[in-house]
Amino acid sequence: MNDDLVIIITAGLTATACGLLGPFLVLRRAALLSDAVSHAVLPGIVATWLLLHTRAPFAVIVGGAIFAVLCVLAIDGLRSTGLVRSDAAIGLVFPLLFALGVLGVTRYASGIHLDLDSTIYGEIAFAPFDVWTIGGVDVARSIVVIGSIAALNLAFVILAWKELKASTFDPGFSQTIGLRPQMLSRLMLVAVAITAVTAFESVGAILVVTLLIVPGATAYLLTDRLAVMVALAVGIGWIGAVAGYWGAVVGDSSIAGTMGLVCAVCFALALLVSPKYGLIATAVRRRRRARATATALAAER
Amino acid sequence: MSGAAALEVRRITVSYGARPVLWDVDATFPTGSLSAIVGPNGAGKSTLLRAALGLIAVDSGQSLISGHPARAALDHVAYVPQREAVDWDFPITVGEVVAMGRYRSTGWFRRVGREDRAIAAAALDRVGMAAYADRQIGQLSGGQRQRVFFARALAQETPLLVMDEPFAGIDARTQASLLELLGELRDEGRSIVVVHHELATVRERFDWALLLNVRAIACGPVSESLAPDMLARAYGTGAEALQWAG
Repeated sequence: MNDDLVIIITAGLTATACGLLGPFLVLRRAALLSDAVSHAVLPGIVATWLLLHTRAPFAVIVGGAIFAVLCVLAIDGLRSTGLVRSDAAIGLVFPLLFALGVLGVTRYASGIHLDLDSTIYGEIAFAPFDVWTIGGVDVARSIVVIGSIAALNLAFVILAWKELKASTFDPGFSQTIGLRPQMLSRLMLVAVAITAVTAFESVGAILVVTLLIVPGATAYLLTDRLAVMVALAVGIGWIGAVAGYWGAVVGDSSIAGTMGLVCAVCFALALLVSPKYGLIATAVRRRRRARATATALAAER
Repeated sequence: MSGAAALEVRRITVSYGARPVLWDVDATFPTGSLSAIVGPNGAGKSTLLRAALGLIAVDSGQSLISGHPARAALDHVAYVPQREAVDWDFPITVGEVVAMGRYRSTGWFRRVGREDRAIAAAALDRVGMAAYADRQIGQLSGGQRQRVFFARALAQETPLLVMDEPFAGIDARTQASLLELLGELRDEGRSIVVVHHELATVRERFDWALLLNVRAIACGPVSESLAPDMLARAYGTGAEALQWAG
């Protein structure tokens, strides 16, 4: 497989894995969770180093994932006390974990190079160089890993579709019909944590945070159907992957950065020209209404 | 168990922090009647409903639905939360919301079948909203939104309906037609418990009322539980009580 294709497919699969979950985060007002997770993994890396003395990718992913899951469950637990709102809960938990990580690094690992960038944050440009041979065929490791996560997320969202929809929309009601919204919320958050950590390792943190939030927020402006919103989020992520890669090659710039920029441009376009909720459409409607009112008032006189 | 009340709460106490919101509340809502929970703001009306259905933790007490512990009998109840409980900008259609009324009978991980969709459609038709099935819920007026919530509850086909302030901020015409509908449901043999704060309509349309102000002040037929001396105890005396009673 040629290198360009590996990078585009890796990014596209990351977009798929993230786009399936991102809309639910946006609707639950927990979009910043992905950013929290990107910092909360540091103590996991330190713990892995302390216990196993390794910076090997698999061990680091597992260590990071454990703390990522801890992070999202602590946020969910804090929120469910009713004493702390969602945004504050996110802001309370991840700095604590990050601080623990920083303390751990300075105390136990000051002699070695142990930080997020050198351990768990991957770089998508290197994806083609890390190859697994499966059944005699060379496949980029990132495609296998992220592809599996995307497939798991797809299965989760399809299987629990109506449950996720009802518990996101109306948690109180869904509890009375036996749906266990709290358990569903935790499952969703664990899926986000595992997706994020795995994808960090393949494509870097900024692209994951972007793909979990921006396509979902963009799709929200474009449709009134949840299913369409999820499909659009995945599609916009793919646009970011393809156009972003092309832009990075043409402009000789950072791949993850350009992909993120394309996603942001998609959002800005939706914000302006979305037929229903866009700023332009809203302004046109308002002006039309004002004119109609003026005409009606004039006719009454 | 025959002869059991549709909903009964026994000695329920709930507090938020140190402040009791409900104190040792006993109440019974008979089967086949249209009951109201009335009381001043902050009396704990919504909290009582949520506690009775096991949606929030209680400090003590228990609640029974048709004589069974509430948690084990939730399939007998259709719960209508306050309208503010949900995000009306959510990307979902009227038809999808009403179909949620069939989720319990559909079961986990299954798709809503044709028969269940027909039941949901009939429920939507009964509240006069059949033409709106494909609309996004945010495009509806307050009264229409409440009709949708009613339809979802109807679609659940439960013997007990429990509604939290369904008439708050609703236009008079919608309130009249929904009250009419509740009367019909009662006549069909269903039991209905509604949090409401307009005493005049409760007197006129309801059979039974719990008068609540943190404690249960009176619970019984409307003529008894909303007697002037009871109202004075719930709302205070003098002008204030008269205003509420009016």
